[in-house]
Amino acid sequence: METKNILIEVKRQTGVNIRECYQCGKCTAGCPVAEEMDLRPSVIMRMIQSGTNEEMDQILRSYTIWLCLTCETCYSRCPMDIDIPKVMDYLRQRSLVEGKVHPEARKIVAFHKSFLNTVKRNGRLSELFLTIDYKMRSLRSGTLFQDMTVAPGMISRGKLHLIPEQIKDKKGFSRLFKNQLKKRKP
Amino acid sequence: MKIGFYPGCSLTGSSREYKESILAISEKAGIELVEISDWNCCGATAAHNLNKELSVSLPARNLALAESDGIEELVVPCAACYNRLVMTQHELNEDEKLKSQIAEKLQMPLKNKLKILNVLQYLEEYFVPRLDELIKKPFEEEVACYYGCLLVRPNQVIKADRWEDPMSMDVIMQKLGAKPIDWAFKTECCGAGFSMSKTEIVGELSGKIVRNAVNQGAKAIVVACPMCHSNLDMRRPAINSYLKTKIEVPVMYITQAIALAMGMSEKEAGLQRHFVPVSFSVNC
Amino acid sequence: MSRIGVFICHCGENISATVDVVKVAEEAGKHEGVAYSTDYKYMCSEPGQTIIKQMIKEKGLTGVVVAACSPRMHEPTFRKACSEAGLNPYMCEMANLREHCSWVHDKSDATTKKAIDLVRMLVEKVKFNKPLYPIKVPVTKTALVIGGGIAGIQASLDIANSGHKVVLIEKDPSIGGHMSQLSETFPTLDCSQCILTPRMVEVAQHPNITLMTYSELEKLDGFIGNFKATIRKKAKSIDEKLCTGCGLCTTKCPTKKIPSEFNAGLGFRTAIYVPFPQAVPNKPVIDKENCRYYQQGKCKVCEKVCPTGAIRFNQEDELIEIEVGAVVVATGFNVMEPSEFPEYGYGKYKDVITGLQFERLASASGPTLGEIRRPSDGKIPKKIVFIACAGSRDPAKGIPYCSKICCMYTAKHAMLYQHKVHDGKSYIFYMDIRAGGKNYEEFTRRAIVEDEVNYIRGRVSKVYEENGKLIVKGVDTLLNARPVEIEADMVVLASAAVANPGSEELAQRMHISYDAYNFFSEAHPKLKPVETNTAGIFLAGACQAPKDIPETVSQASGAAAKVAILFSQDELSREPVVAVVNRSAPPVYSTCVGCFMCATACPYQAIGEELITDRKGNVIKKVAKVNPGLCQGCGTCVAFCRSKSIDIQGYSNEQMYTEVMALLNDE
Ligand SMILES: Cc1cc2nc3c(=O)[nH]c(=O)nc-3n(C[C@H](O)[C@H](O)[C@H](O)COP(=O)(O)OP(=O)(O)OC[C@H]3O[C@@H](n4cnc5c(N)ncnc54)[C@H](O)[C@@H]3O)c2cc1C
Ligand code: SF4
Ligand code: SF4
Ligand code: SF4
Ligand code: SF4
Repeated sequence: METKNILIEVKRQTGVNIRECYQCGKCTAGCPVAEEMDLRPSVIMRMIQSGTNEEMDQILRSYTIWLCLTCETCYSRCPMDIDIPKVMDYLRQRSLVEGKVHPEARKIVAFHKSFLNTVKRNGRLSELFLTIDYKMRSLRSGTLFQDMTVAPGMISRGKLHLIPEQIKDKKGFSRLFKNQLKKRKP
Repeated sequence: MKIGFYPGCSLTGSSREYKESILAISEKAGIELVEISDWNCCGATAAHNLNKELSVSLPARNLALAESDGIEELVVPCAACYNRLVMTQHELNEDEKLKSQIAEKLQMPLKNKLKILNVLQYLEEYFVPRLDELIKKPFEEEVACYYGCLLVRPNQVIKADRWEDPMSMDVIMQKLGAKPIDWAFKTECCGAGFSMSKTEIVGELSGKIVRNAVNQGAKAIVVACPMCHSNLDMRRPAINSYLKTKIEVPVMYITQAIALAMGMSEKEAGLQRHFVPVSFSVNC
Repeated sequence: MSRIGVFICHCGENISATVDVVKVAEEAGKHEGVAYSTDYKYMCSEPGQTIIKQMIKEKGLTGVVVAACSPRMHEPTFRKACSEAGLNPYMCEMANLREHCSWVHDKSDATTKKAIDLVRMLVEKVKFNKPLYPIKVPVTKTALVIGGGIAGIQASLDIANSGHKVVLIEKDPSIGGHMSQLSETFPTLDCSQCILTPRMVEVAQHPNITLMTYSELEKLDGFIGNFKATIRKKAKSIDEKLCTGCGLCTTKCPTKKIPSEFNAGLGFRTAIYVPFPQAVPNKPVIDKENCRYYQQGKCKVCEKVCPTGAIRFNQEDELIEIEVGAVVVATGFNVMEPSEFPEYGYGKYKDVITGLQFERLASASGPTLGEIRRPSDGKIPKKIVFIACAGSRDPAKGIPYCSKICCMYTAKHAMLYQHKVHDGKSYIFYMDIRAGGKNYEEFTRRAIVEDEVNYIRGRVSKVYEENGKLIVKGVDTLLNARPVEIEADMVVLASAAVANPGSEELAQRMHISYDAYNFFSEAHPKLKPVETNTAGIFLAGACQAPKDIPETVSQASGAAAKVAILFSQDELSREPVVAVVNRSAPPVYSTCVGCFMCATACPYQAIGEELITDRKGNVIKKVAKVNPGLCQGCGTCVAFCRSKSIDIQGYSNEQMYTEVMALLNDE
C-alpha cells in the first residue's frame, strides 16, 4: 500500500483527513506522555502522510500508540481539528490484529484484555477479578506483582467486592461480544 | 422527582463513596436517582483501544435500556462513563448506518435522544439554585477544582464552557463557601487508565497536578471522576516517589464536599474510604 | 423599414475553419430586412472596418450586425466605426461566432447552422434597437478619505498635492493609526514616530485638506463623481478654536485610571485626554463614557482649570453633509484578542502580552519609556518567549489565513529585546518564517545569526504559571518533535491581524463588498487591487488585507492616483445600458403602479421615486425612477416588475423576445 492508499484507508476507517496536518507540532507539545513516546504524535501524522508500508509497519510496532491516553488534549488544541485519538484507536486495533504490539506495551494490552474479559463474563467490571485476571496475564509476560500493596487497603476500605456484580440478561449481552474478541492470527 | 442514574462499575467498587455521597445528597434534596435496570459496563478505555464495535455497542446498550425504562434525563457521575456515553450518542447520531446496525445487534430500539448529564451539570441544574436552603455548614477551605480530561474533552463534542480553564466546579465550590484557587492543571491528564499497567506514568502525571495544586495553596483537591480520584489518592505512593517528597493534600469528590456542607458526617460522606486522610477539620 | 447590413468575419481561420462563412453570409442575405451581407477575413482590421463604413453610406443601412468574436473584445471597435459613418453606435450589434460557435464545436453542417441562427437572432434584435446616447455625469472634485492611519494620510497628501480637495475623517481623537503605536519599524529599524509625525503635521497644515477627527461616516449616497456623505462629528466637549492645547485639564482630571488605548492597555489616561504627545490635532477630547461629570453630574474640574474657557459640556454631535466625487477607504485593521486561546494564558497572566503591547514597551513614548519591563512587577525579563501565528493559520479556533506582518515584527521584537537586554535570552516559536519582501529575509537572518535569537520550529500548546515563572510548553519539530519546556519571564503573542469590528456595517453603508473575514474586497485580485466593485470608491491599506507599511503606502498612492485620474475629467460618460421606467400618454402616464418592488430588489440603490404632477403642481401619480448614474444595468428590477414597466435600454424585453422567437421560428 502506497502513501495515497494509506491516507485513504485511514480516512475511510476514521473519517480523519491526515493530509490537513501541517506539522505544527502543537499536538506533541501538549501531549502528557510525549516524552516517553518513541514516535511523537506529530511524527506519526507525518509518517502517515509520507507513509510507505514500512513506515506504517513502524507505526504499528511503536510504543506510542499504546502510550496514548486518549486524553484528547491534542485534538482539542489542533489548529486543523485533527482527531488524533481516533487515529490512535484505529492504529492500536490494527496493531493488535496484525500482531505487531510493542513488547513494552504488552502489559497495557494485557490490562485492556483482562478488563474486557471480566466485562464479557459478568457484564460489569469487578475490580478484584480484573486485578487477578490482569496479574495472571502479566505474570505470563513476566512482570511483578506490583499491586499487592494496594489490594489490602482496598479491601479494608470496602472497595473490593469479593463477589462480582452480574447483569441479568447475559444471553443478550453476550451477543455484543460475538466475533469481537478473537485471538490474533498466528 | 425521579431522574435516571447510571452508576458505572467504579462506583460500585473502588469509588463507592462517590455513589454513596451522590445518593445521599440527592435524597436529602428530595431527588430520587433511579438506576437503569440491568446496566452494563461502558467498556471504558479498554474497549475503544481494542475494539471499535464494542466501544460503541457497550455504551449503546445502556442508552437503549435507559430509553426502555422511560428515562429522559440520565445522570452519569463517573466522568469516564459520561464521556463514553456522550461520545457514543454523538457517533450514533452522526452515522445512521452504524445506529441501525447496533440497534439490530442489541435487538432493542434506539432513538438516541437521551439528555445525559455529568455530575457538574446535574449539580448546576438541581442543586445550585437551592444551595442557600440546603447548606448548613459552609465549606471554608482553599480548594483546587480538578476537572481532568473527560468532562471537557474533546471540546468538539463535549461542549463544556471554557475547556482550557473551566469554571463550573469552581462556581459550585465557591457557593459552598470554599475558596477555589487559580491553578494551571485543571484539565491536565492524570494518567487515567494506566493506573495498574503503567503506574510510574500515573505517578508523574498526577504528581505534576498535585504539585501545582499545593504550590498554588490548595488544602484539598476536589474531583468529579473516579479515575482521577484513584490516581490522585490511591496512587499517592507513586506520586510521592516521583516528586521525591510526601504530599498530604487530600482528594475528595465534589459530592462529598456538598454532603459535608449539607451537614452530613464524615462517615456519611464516605471520607473514611480514602487512602490519604482528610487532615483538616471540615466540619467547622 | 429596416435596412440591415450583416458582416461575417473569418477571424483568420478561427471561425472559417469550422463554420462555412460563405454560406452564413448567403443565408443572412436572404433574411427579411437585410440590405447587404458579406464575409471578410478580418472584419476588425482597417480594410474590414472600411467595408462596414462604406456600406452604411452606400446602402443607407439602419442597423449593423457584425458576426465575429466576443463583443467584450471588439464591440467598441465596430460601434466606433458605425458612428464614424454616421450611424448611432448603439444600432450595431455583434453575434459571437467564435467563442459561442467555432471554438466550441467541430466542423459540421450543424455548426454552420448554429452560426446562421445566431446571426438571424441578432438581425431580429437590431430591428428593435433604438439610438442611444452616453450618459454624462459631472464630477465633484473633492475626495473623502476615511481613516487617518498611514494609508489615509498618504492618500490624502497625494490627492491634495495633485491639486484636489480632500476631507479626511478619523474616528479617534488623533490621526496616526497603528503606525503611531509602533516603536521601530522593520526592516530598517527606524523610529516609527520619527517618520510618521512630519506627515501627520503636513496633513493638518495642508491647504487642500480638511481634517475631521473624532468623526465617522454616517451615510453615503450617490454615485461616482457625485457622492453625498453624511459625517457624524462626535462632540469633543471642547471649543477647538479656543483650546490652545496647553494640557492643563489633562493633568488635573481626577479620573485617571482609564486603560490607555494608545498604550494598548499598558498604561492609563484621564477622561479628558490627548491620546499621545505627538497627536494631531494636539487638543483634548472628553471621553463621555468615563467622565465623572457626564456619568455622575459632578466634577467640571477641567472647566475650572482651563485658562481659555474652552470646555463645552453641552456640545452635541454634529451631522455634516458634504459632496465628494470619490472615496478612499483606509480604515485599517485590528489585532485579535488572544483570549480566544486560553491555552496561552492571555488575560490570565499579566506577563503574557500581545505584539502591539510589546511595541508600546519598546517605544520611547511608551509606559516604560522604552525599557522592556514586565507589566506584573516592572522587572526586566531575562527570558522571553515569542509565539508566532497566535490565532493565525488556525482554522479551528482562529483565522485560516496568514496575518503576513507578524513574522517580521516578531523578528523585530526579538531583535529589539536583544538590543535592550544584553544578558537576556529570547525564543521564537514559529511554523514558517515568512519574510518575502525587500531586505526581509536578510533581516530575519540577522536576528538569528547576529542577535542570537533562538528560533524553534513548533507551536506552543500551553503557557502556565508556576513559582513565578511562565512555563511555555512547546515542541521542536526539527528535532524529531522533541517537547521543549521554557521557564520564561514574559510571553509575547503575535496575535492575528483581523478586520476592524464594525467593518461589515461600514461596507454595507458604502455598498462595497467584503470578504469572508470582513476585509473589504478589491474589484479584481490582480488587475484592480485598489478599486472596489462600486465605481468611485477605492481602497488603501490594511482594511483590504493585512499588510505592512511599505505595501500600505504603495496602495495608498495607487488609490490617490486613481482619484486623480477620475478628477482629471470634468464629466464622466457612461454606457447608456441602464434601466428606464416607461412613460406613456395621459391619462396612464406610465404603466408603473408604484409598488416599488424594483427599489427593494435593486442592489445598487439606483431606484428612487418620481412624482408626476399636472400643470398646477398636483400630484397625479407616484412612479419609480431610475438614477442612470447609479444603475449598473444588471436587470434585476426588470425581473421583479409586476407590470413590466422597466426595461434595460438596449436589452428590452421586446428585444429579448424577438431574439428568442427568431431562434424558435426556424425557417
Ligand atoms: C505589533 C505590530 C507591529 C508592526 N510593525 C511594523 C513594522 O515594523 N513595519 C511595518 O512596515 N509594519 C508594521 N506593522 C504593520 C502596520 O501597523 C500596518 O501596516 C499599518 O498600520 C497599516 O496602516 P493603515 O492605515 O492601513 O491602518 P491603521 O494603522 O489601522 O489605521 C487605520 C485608521 O483608520 C481609523 N479608522 C478605523 N475605522 C474607522 C472609521 N470607521 N471611520 C474613521 N476612521 C476609522 C483608525 O482609527 C486608524 O486611525 C505592525 C503591526 C503590528 C500590529
Ligand atoms: S496539532 Fe494538528 S496540525 Fe499540528 S502537527 Fe499535530 S495533528 Fe498536525
Ligand atoms: S490523546 Fe494521546 S496523543 Fe493526544 S495528547 Fe493525549 S496522550 Fe497524547
Ligand atoms: S469633568 Fe470629566 S473630563 Fe473634566 S476633569 Fe472631571 S472627569 Fe475629567
Ligand atoms: S506572518 Fe508569520 S507569524 Fe504571522 S501568521 Fe503568517 S506565518 Fe504566522
